Amino acid sequence: MAVQALKDYKFPPADAQENFHGAQLLYVGWDDHLMFCAPFAYCLPPNTPFSDLCQKFMAHSFGYHPDWKNVDFSKVTWLKSGQPWQPDMNKTLAELGLKHKDALRFQTPGLKGINGSSS
Amino acid sequence: MDMNVKKKKLGLKEKYAHMTRGLDWQTSYQPMEKVFPQATFEGIKIHDWDKWEDPFRLTMDAYWKYQAEKERKLYAVLDAFAQNNGHLGITDARYLNAVKLFLTGISPLEYVAHRGFAAAGRNFPGVGPRVACLMQSVDEIRHAQTQIHAISNYNKHYDGFHDFKHMLERVWYLSVPKSFFDDAFSAGPFEWMIAIGFSFEYVLTNLLFVPFMSGAAYNGDMATVTFGFSAQSDEARHMTLGLECIKFMLEQDPDNLPIVQKWIDKWAWRGIRVLSLVGMMMDYMLPKRVMSWKEAWEIYFEQNGGALFADLARYGIKVPDCLTQCSEDKEHISHQTWATFYQYGGAAAFHTWMPNDEEMDWLSAKYPNTFDKYYRARFTYWRDEAEKGNRFYSNTLPMLCQVCQIPMLFTEPGDPTKICYRESEYEGEKYHTCSDGCKHIFDDEPEKYVQSWLPVHQIYQGNCFPEGTDPTAEGFDPLAAVLDWYHFNNGHDNLDFEGSRDQANFAAWRGMATKNT
Repeated sequence: MAVQALKDYKFPPADAQENFHGAQLLYVGWDDHLMFCAPFAYCLPPNTPFSDLCQKFMAHSFGYHPDWKNVDFSKVTWLKSGQPWQPDMNKTLAELGLKHKDALRFQTPGLKGINGSSS
Repeated sequence: MDMNVKKKKLGLKEKYAHMTRGLDWQTSYQPMEKVFPQATFEGIKIHDWDKWEDPFRLTMDAYWKYQAEKERKLYAVLDAFAQNNGHLGITDARYLNAVKLFLTGISPLEYVAHRGFAAAGRNFPGVGPRVACLMQSVDEIRHAQTQIHAISNYNKHYDGFHDFKHMLERVWYLSVPKSFFDDAFSAGPFEWMIAIGFSFEYVLTNLLFVPFMSGAAYNGDMATVTFGFSAQSDEARHMTLGLECIKFMLEQDPDNLPIVQKWIDKWAWRGIRVLSLVGMMMDYMLPKRVMSWKEAWEIYFEQNGGALFADLARYGIKVPDCLTQCSEDKEHISHQTWATFYQYGGAAAFHTWMPNDEEMDWLSAKYPNTFDKYYRARFTYWRDEAEKGNRFYSNTLPMLCQVCQIPMLFTEPGDPTKICYRESEYEGEKYHTCSDGCKHIFDDEPEKYVQSWLPVHQIYQGNCFPEGTDPTAEGFDPLAAVLDWYHFNNGHDNLDFEGSRDQANFAAWRGMATKNT
């Protein structure tokens, strides 16, 4: 349903990709690790290799967790918009078809957070 | 020949009629619909504005008299508080952080409420609601002023109180209450009345005001308690106005029901999301607890709100759909919200900390179904790490909900171990929301929420650095630049309570007041 308004109601979205100086937003959440209260938001160039995302950016964000050192990326399963998704570590975000504001979740079998509490 | 007749004094009833309804007039140079352009576009049909029952039965001259008397008493207490170092009478310096949250997150909203009710008063063609809105508008600006004055005493001694107005426009978590009011203010006057007049001031006010004021009383904050008493009679009037307004709309035309119901559903959910901040304040920030958030929710919402909706059922109004979700959430949101502030405590204008053992036991007792199972391990781990010098601060910005603007911290219905993700698409662009409630609101008016000023995205766009900042310069520290732009005193306003200047000063000053060494 449309906004009820006195006049034409049309405004550009505040977060269109062109506002991010050549980068795009990508969200990444780690299932069963609620020590990180929410998924992280990254602002990365589309030519960022997916391996950099995992080894550099995510390692920086998630590294505090004692489970991080046990993450085996060959066994990680991924969801994109809630659907199973398979990345190729050697490809870039653009090559993998990741669009501006895509949301990824990753699951690490066997790792269930602090004392298995999903923390 | 003129007769010198002694003027009769007006009776109360006549005076009331002259000074409220008697102030109305019909325009003659311009048609009424041009003078009141906002009266119809929302689809609400009003046939007879005279059917409006004034809930206040108060005239402006009487209003000034009562309020002036109350204000005199309030300022006498505030003076005494300042002169007697009342700030040293609070239970513990941790309490100050609840006051900071109130000053930065709530007091500026009183001011926005003042503007909103002034606008509603201007835009309603009926004189009854116009006068009522005028009085509430004046109430709200008085509340903003008296809160600022009451709390300004703390600003002389402690960190984080210095620039609340500036912060409201910029700081990430203050965008939550700010966008809530902006959403209401940018709607039409009828939606404003349901959003703020009814949902916020009537349904939810006891969950906002009572916890803060009781929290102040329990923790020795006489200034804030006195303000609370002073505002109490106003709040009672505001509740009556909200209720009268909804009944009036529903009685005027049956077509109004679905519109009003939609607004109630929307604003109940929007308001409850904002109240997450109150939940964490009650369960974590008060050294002397009043009651748990869950208990407050059960008393003030489930019981009192239940009675209200039973009363409104005769108009066809149904309890908002989101309430099933809320009954589950009451067990979680305070812990989830505090965990969020704890880890983003580097970018908050108040201090955070982990509860001690005794406090964790209190939480276990109050939340027997959830605290030990989902939260205690996390909090104990953080506390242990902090003691080892490895205090957890998240170093990456969080994903935010497009509607409530809270980080996506809420969990999936039925599974508190999984974050709840919801996604919508509008004109080729993706939008993420934290819940079915927020997704529903987005999908209903996407044109509105695509404009959301989401702090995380604004930081990434480079809009949150002081003027002249060069983000490409070597050694550029984006967090420091953002805190500078927020006007935070980095290292003093933020970070853990343990080791803070507030903690040290309070201990030293209270020591001077109570000991000889």
